[in-house]
Amino acid sequence: MTRKQRRLVMIAAAGGILVIAAALVLSALRDSIVFFNSPSDVAEKHIAPGTRIRLGGLVAPGSLVRGDNLEVKFSVTDGKTAMAVAYRGILPDLFREGQGVIAEGALDGAGQFKADSVLAKHDEKYMPKEVAEALKKQGHWKEESGKAAPVVSRPTNSAPPAAPKS
Amino acid sequence: MIAEIGHFALVLALALAIVQSIAPLVGARRNDAALMGIAGITAPAQAGFVALSFAALTACYVTSDFSVANVFENSHSTMPLVYKITSVWGNHEGSMLLWVFILSFFGALVAFFARNLPPSFKATVLAVQAWVAVAFYLFILMTSSPFARLAEAPFEGRDLNPILQDFGLAVHPPMLYLGYVGFSISFSFAVAALIEGRINAAWARFVRPWTLVAWMCLTLGIAMGSYWAYYELGWGGWWFWDPVENASLMPWLVGTALLHSAVVMEKREALKIWTVLLAILTFSLSLVGTFLVRSGVLTSVHTFASDPSRGVFILCILIVFIGGALALFAWRAPLLRQGGLFAPVSREGALVLNNLFIVTACATVFVGTLYPLALEAVTGEKISVGAPFFNLTFGPLFIPLLLIVPFGPLLAWKRADLAGVSQRLGGAFVVALLGIGATLALNGQPVLPALGVGLAMFVMAGAVTDIVERTSLLRAPLGTVMQRARGLPRSSWGTALAHFGLGVSLLGIIGETQWGAERIVTLKPAEKVSIRNYDFIFDGSVNRTGANYRETVAKFTVRHNREVIGVVEPSKRTFPSRGSSTTEAALMTRGFSQLYVSLGDQNADGSLAVRIYHKPMVLLIWLGAVVMVLGGGLSLSDRRLRVGAPRSAKSHAKSSASMQPAE
Repeated sequence: MTRKQRRLVMIAAAGGILVIAAALVLSALRDSIVFFNSPSDVAEKHIAPGTRIRLGGLVAPGSLVRGDNLEVKFSVTDGKTAMAVAYRGILPDLFREGQGVIAEGALDGAGQFKADSVLAKHDEKYMPKEVAEALKKQGHWKEESGKAAPVVSRPTNSAPPAAPKS
Repeated sequence: MIAEIGHFALVLALALAIVQSIAPLVGARRNDAALMGIAGITAPAQAGFVALSFAALTACYVTSDFSVANVFENSHSTMPLVYKITSVWGNHEGSMLLWVFILSFFGALVAFFARNLPPSFKATVLAVQAWVAVAFYLFILMTSSPFARLAEAPFEGRDLNPILQDFGLAVHPPMLYLGYVGFSISFSFAVAALIEGRINAAWARFVRPWTLVAWMCLTLGIAMGSYWAYYELGWGGWWFWDPVENASLMPWLVGTALLHSAVVMEKREALKIWTVLLAILTFSLSLVGTFLVRSGVLTSVHTFASDPSRGVFILCILIVFIGGALALFAWRAPLLRQGGLFAPVSREGALVLNNLFIVTACATVFVGTLYPLALEAVTGEKISVGAPFFNLTFGPLFIPLLLIVPFGPLLAWKRADLAGVSQRLGGAFVVALLGIGATLALNGQPVLPALGVGLAMFVMAGAVTDIVERTSLLRAPLGTVMQRARGLPRSSWGTALAHFGLGVSLLGIIGETQWGAERIVTLKPAEKVSIRNYDFIFDGSVNRTGANYRETVAKFTVRHNREVIGVVEPSKRTFPSRGSSTTEAALMTRGFSQLYVSLGDQNADGSLAVRIYHKPMVLLIWLGAVVMVLGGGLSLSDRRLRVGAPRSAKSHAKSSASMQPAE
């Protein structure tokens, strides 16, 4: 084989692998990306039941109800719209009423959001970035020396419920 | 006072780095030995000053000096000493200080070990190293000084994030940074080679040990981080395809490719341009990783704070270094003459294929990690790309790579006989088939995991075959075999061991993902939950007080086939200073498998939510990584690679005299 032919073989191999990779990436991107929405977005965009989304906002104070067999219900609010979420499983350590949360799942036929995972990756200082921005959009965000100060003060579980009505 | 000393030492290090980034280069141009020699003094001096700076910050933490803002934000007087020390890098500012500490340390090592490099080349390498250092010293001093004081010293600190109060923080970030920053040396060598316009096998011989050290540290760092996430976060997962994890995986992948292509360059003088490009890309991806984690564009447990000025600063560093290096590459790379020819079916060809697959797999990770950021910047639409994307793209690209791993070391250089090699791998094929058969017999359908086990077996048996072939075991008398085994270069043992480790990890991954079991239940005292053949009896819970936390500990008696095998005590800790809590999972190791118990919330009626996992072969995932690192270590100890070993010294002298080619 001449130098030229060898180079052609290499280029063909590289091109082949790249084409396969590009095809894989494109098909996977089509099927496995999940859009982030605030409760208001969900209401406005009329998201179809069964479409996987990430729902982000604050856990409405007083909305957390624990049922049997690890069933939990709570609502996620962005200050304007609230949305009921049902989840079965153990909530993360950092899950609190009045704090930011991201739930991933889909709407069921009855308009309730069925989450299969709940994320609350933050402590009192940090809040999921998407949630912070969704809240900013609704005007419920105060910048306080770089510290997040969401519209609802942080109540403990025993605080009187003050769920914002949507 | 101590904090001011630390700050001042950092400023001095910056001054030295500025000198080092200019003087040696001028010296190299004018062939002025004195100017070039400056780098040999400034590099260790820099390391000394940064070490002093780092020691000063550590002292502030150990003495709980809350007048220093950084200590106030991240420490607490009641924390155990070990966490006081680890919190030095458990925050943005401190971790950047650790970053430059390691960078300057490596710079000093290069100055020390590169004695027999041609002086102008050594001077250029150290100057490039100093450019990187200048950028990061400036970053720390201008946007994130850990030494800023508070006007009034508070009585108590705000405590370290409880998730970080773990031994993992003592090991994971330093190892990871040793890896990230270690690749800066390959980068400096590559850029220096481009500036000087010449490169040869001696270059690869110098770069490879450094790359290997960085790669070993990064491998350990990633494995350690994965195990830490596994036991600390309480979800039982060991890899989440989180952007921050991907940020460390990308330099690892390209670094692995670099290790392999540097072999080709060292042995055959081929793939020169490609190797230089990989060296640039590896460190570029380390910088991208630093940017992703430190700029606040991502939300994760790793991002300590977000301050836009920092993000912009790191982005500038990124653009200057990556853009600059790639522009230099485009301009100067054509000067590097191409070396040895090889047929597509040859060891070189296999290594090229390895590089293609690894780099492409890395590209898919890159797309998955950065696409959401790009999309948000362009359209404002927020999306998340999760595990399914990576499983669908990374997986299919890695499987063919794993298939060719056993072939690589058996193929001859230049031109190889594929049929002959396949024949020699016959034993490995048989082992793989036995693995598939045994898995199907034990677990039945589906076929896919069984094929995975077969692949893992093939990789492991292939590594063994490599050694068997090289020592002519099974063919020659024992004495000859022993003699051959002793004569075999350590790098060959290292290669085989590292490849074997790859198979071990793969086996662990398949075991954990395919045959793991999970149960989530609520239990009252004296109730029982079963998973596989294990019973967990909830004996009740007790409250305890730790140094800076309170915890509720639940006790479970574990039985296997009705026989008591032990007690596990998962707990839930509450840290009053931050008002946050962590889940401390309890692990029970059975061979390579683990039982994993973590607690959820306590209900009003006294029942407790519990998550129980059975994770078969899970320990193999990290054990495989450790085996890979051992292989790397063995290869590193090879005399041929040891810098300054007589043989390589001779070849350098020759190469510096005749410039090109090396031998």
